[in-house]
Amino acid sequence: MKPPIFEYASPSTIAEAVSLLASRDGNAKVISGGQSLMPMLAFRLASPELLVDLKQLKDLNTIIIRDDGVRLGAKVRWCDIESDKRLDRSHPLLAEAIKHVAHYQVRNRGTVGGSLAHADPSAEMPGVTLTCDGLMTIVGSRGMRIEKASDFFIGPLTTSLEPDEIITEVHLPSWPADRRWAFREFARRKGDFAMAGVALFYDLDQENRAVDAHIGVIGVSDCPIRLTAAEAALNGNALTEETFSAVVAAAKGSIDPPSDIHASGAYRRALLGTLLGRGLHQSASRGETNASPI
Amino acid sequence: MQVQFELNGEAVITDVEPRTTLADCIRDGLRKTGTHVGCEHGVCGACTVLINGDAVRACLVLAVQVQGDKVVTIEGLSGDELSPLQVAFRKHHALQCGFCTPGFITTAHALLTNEPNVNEERVRDVLSGNLCRCTGYIPIVEAVLDARIHYARGEE
Repeated sequence: MKPPIFEYASPSTIAEAVSLLASRDGNAKVISGGQSLMPMLAFRLASPELLVDLKQLKDLNTIIIRDDGVRLGAKVRWCDIESDKRLDRSHPLLAEAIKHVAHYQVRNRGTVGGSLAHADPSAEMPGVTLTCDGLMTIVGSRGMRIEKASDFFIGPLTTSLEPDEIITEVHLPSWPADRRWAFREFARRKGDFAMAGVALFYDLDQENRAVDAHIGVIGVSDCPIRLTAAEAALNGNALTEETFSAVVAAAKGSIDPPSDIHASGAYRRALLGTLLGRGLHQSASRGETNASPI
Repeated sequence: MQVQFELNGEAVITDVEPRTTLADCIRDGLRKTGTHVGCEHGVCGACTVLINGDAVRACLVLAVQVQGDKVVTIEGLSGDELSPLQVAFRKHHALQCGFCTPGFITTAHALLTNEPNVNEERVRDVLSGNLCRCTGYIPIVEAVLDARIHYARGEE
């Protein structure tokens, strides 16, 4: 189907973009790569009066890696993350998760900011951002604010972003070199939306017990969620079969996945349990790999 | 709205509605009908074109968004003679009805230009964004692998 009628503007500054968004009383949308918005327009699930293109805005497409973590500009594309080999060390969970995003042509154009703002329940970037306690930098008519991922994702395709606000950057806190982690998802074809997925990481204390466990899931709720019961079952425990079984049981007991044309709720719950179990085993054997120089 | 860009090496200026996709602009406005339109929502890959060298889906880009960019379609990939990828597609019978072929060739061209030494796994990964409903993928993958040597030598 063809997109509905709208106007188009391509401002050259953030301030101009924000004032254009503010001028339409909630009926203007930001477009950049357009890889989520264009299908929404084609299906007429979105029919904005005005599209504000971020194309001419400078400085939103850099990947900055410092001691305090990784900062991705809103216009960083999936192919930019894929080709930045620093991230294999600086944020291996991000690098691994992004390998699952869509197909080649979409990866050449889809952006980090677009994925976060679109907030698809199955999307990898929102899941990783939530799991890693990521922070979004958001600019709007009332100035700049920093939003925690845990306050940002509200529901299906719904975020705390105001109509006149633009995400400019996402910050993922620093990643210790010996951290244990895994990312697992399942889709019928590689690149398709995940039926379920899990991102997890934890550190080890001196007795090799898991601490600071983070377990986030996608595709099993109306937005990405952290599984606090599963995290509690992992924290303070040794990396044994018994622990992992308890974590998986806690995870399966704490989700209520929706049924749709792609999979039933019961299937998604079982799938998530399998993915989490595999992810936990993978993470346990990962420490030695991380320690060796690559 | 007026939009100005480079299409297959030539400067074009055209008038489009903001809602016109790049695929429709190229086909209907500029009459380059080699770019095929299948699903119109970013699933089939038939409309793949190159924007500044990157393979992208022309149905998921607005024509107004390519202001100042370099766009290359299937028509821009060969002159009077067949390109190495076209020769390889013919040799390996990598097309039957041909509807998906422009999308496969533009995608494979971008891939081989950037990564002339790709292995089969990478070719399959990249081509997973394009749907073919009659030939099957085996001859297509073989054709792309066969054309690698020409890109490695810079003969494309």
